[in-house]
Amino acid sequence: MSITRRKALLLPAAFAASAMLPGLTPARARAQSGPLRIEITEGVIEPLPIALPDFVAENSGGQQYAAQLGRVISGNLVNTGLFREIPASAHVGRITSFDASVSYADWRAVNAQALVTGAVAASGGRMTVKFRLFDVFSGQQMGEGLQFGGPTDSWRRMAHKVSDAVYSRITGEGGYFDSRVVFVAETGPRDNRRKQLAIMDQDGANVQYLTDGNALVFAPRFSPDGGRILYTSYETGFPRIYVMELSSLRRQVLGDQPGTMTFAPRFAPNGQTVIYSLARGGTTDLYTLDLSSGRIVQLTNAPSIATAPSFSPDGGRVVFESDRSGTQQLYVMAAGGGEARRISNGPGRYGTPVWSPRGDLVAFTKSHQGRFHIGVMRTDGSGERLLTASFLDEGPSWAPNGRVIMFTRETAGGDPSLYSVDISGRNLRRIPTSTAASDPAWSPLLA
Amino acid sequence: MPKLSHALMLVAGLSLAACANPDRFGAGSDGFGPGGAGMGIDQAGLGDVNDPRSPAFFQSQIGDRVFFTVDSSSLNDNARQTLQAQARWLIDNPQFRIIIEGHADERGTREYNVALGARRANAVVEFLAAQGIATSRMRTVSYGKERPVEACPEPRCWDVNRRAVTVISVGAGA
Repeated sequence: MSITRRKALLLPAAFAASAMLPGLTPARARAQSGPLRIEITEGVIEPLPIALPDFVAENSGGQQYAAQLGRVISGNLVNTGLFREIPASAHVGRITSFDASVSYADWRAVNAQALVTGAVAASGGRMTVKFRLFDVFSGQQMGEGLQFGGPTDSWRRMAHKVSDAVYSRITGEGGYFDSRVVFVAETGPRDNRRKQLAIMDQDGANVQYLTDGNALVFAPRFSPDGGRILYTSYETGFPRIYVMELSSLRRQVLGDQPGTMTFAPRFAPNGQTVIYSLARGGTTDLYTLDLSSGRIVQLTNAPSIATAPSFSPDGGRVVFESDRSGTQQLYVMAAGGGEARRISNGPGRYGTPVWSPRGDLVAFTKSHQGRFHIGVMRTDGSGERLLTASFLDEGPSWAPNGRVIMFTRETAGGDPSLYSVDISGRNLRRIPTSTAASDPAWSPLLA
Repeated sequence: MPKLSHALMLVAGLSLAACANPDRFGAGSDGFGPGGAGMGIDQAGLGDVNDPRSPAFFQSQIGDRVFFTVDSSSLNDNARQTLQAQARWLIDNPQFRIIIEGHADERGTREYNVALGARRANAVVEFLAAQGIATSRMRTVSYGKERPVEACPEPRCWDVNRRAVTVISVGAGA
């Protein structure tokens, strides 16, 4: 499944390309200080009113997608908490042609600040989706029109790509909608829970099971290219780390040493190195395994627990948790091992640290006085902020743009489910899943 | 990684033959034994509870599990008494091997709990070894918080979930 993307750039060569897309004339780049802009870092966000009229079907094949595309885009944007959709029933204006000039007054009349128009054509299993974004009050197009092409069965991905472009243009942040989440689907009683690896779009659509549930599994993690996952399985009766290729579902045990237990694997940014925990006797240390050479390096050597390692985006450092001080705390060390510096200093226990894709923050689980929290701190441990609180919140995973965190929430006596929260602490949301679910891991943006 | 499939087969070869499972989960359902996944608990393999040489007797009369306090792998007096009795039984019944399962309560993060369960299982191995049980008869596995015996979200349940369970392997031919 490949999706093409065409863009009318402000370059002479691209003007030639835009001739293939009549009407998709490039607009002037807007100043960063333009009026239509959401600064996500600001303290209080009043959702931005956005109008998303149904896309125009440009042929009969496009008709079945015209409304659906808009609903997926709207769902993505509204779920960020940054946008509010003006319902279609309130619209004064109608978009009947993608290339007709926009009647801004009609959209001002309903207080829309942003307007997304689009068109779709489909035939022979292929489709093209076009869109434009307008700043209603200044009466200008924001950025150039874009066109995506691909197979019709990937229509949701095209809606996600449009969503990413709209979100990026208005917030100045990278998008995250065209991404997937791998997680553990849970069924059965708590004392004999059946766990299956599953993958879905970030909005909960297109669920696919990756394992059959016969073996206990936990904590899947994506490769940097999104094509493979690492996870821990009890397939042999003992915890072992595995790598699975998502296109074929072929899996392979990694670095197996009889008499030991391995778990908590995660890829290095190079996609070649896997870092993981190995328990031997009562001690759990960190190791790396090079996937091409099979070379194993022991990174820690302490009579305690070191686990849940995560690389910095440049691959130079590792954050992990250890109880070497007596309780679970967070430490940072060089990627090759050596002395580790403790970065968590507040009261309570800290675990499951994950370096943000931007490199600026570490997300973690904190437990203190019987409550569990998802929080973030700077990589030197300063600036700790708790984003959530509940009976059991655990296991943060970063959205590709580093603005949103997904995690597991379990209520007292209830089933676990997946939640997301902005790093501002706002917009706590449950991610819909058809079964109980845990251990989400967010993919990178799809190619 | 040309040796991976070989390593996987090696593990399969090491897994024990028929595995009686005194706990409510684990060996059978997770594919230790030849029954493989979904086998469930083979109560028949435990033998007669009135036969002092049976795994059923070990489970019900000797006591197959010891408990821990939060974050701890220390063996208290009760645990030591249970393990001393386990050791005597194992010395009297040398045909059996054992798997020691380490478990944690649900009030911790998943990865840490796996490591903590490994530490608890290891504490039992070290105690039994000191009582004269050959380490070649023992294996450990940690389930972390994945397999509670009690599901309630209260301390009385967490107390019994922080445990190490000695599972007798029937006919392992150690």
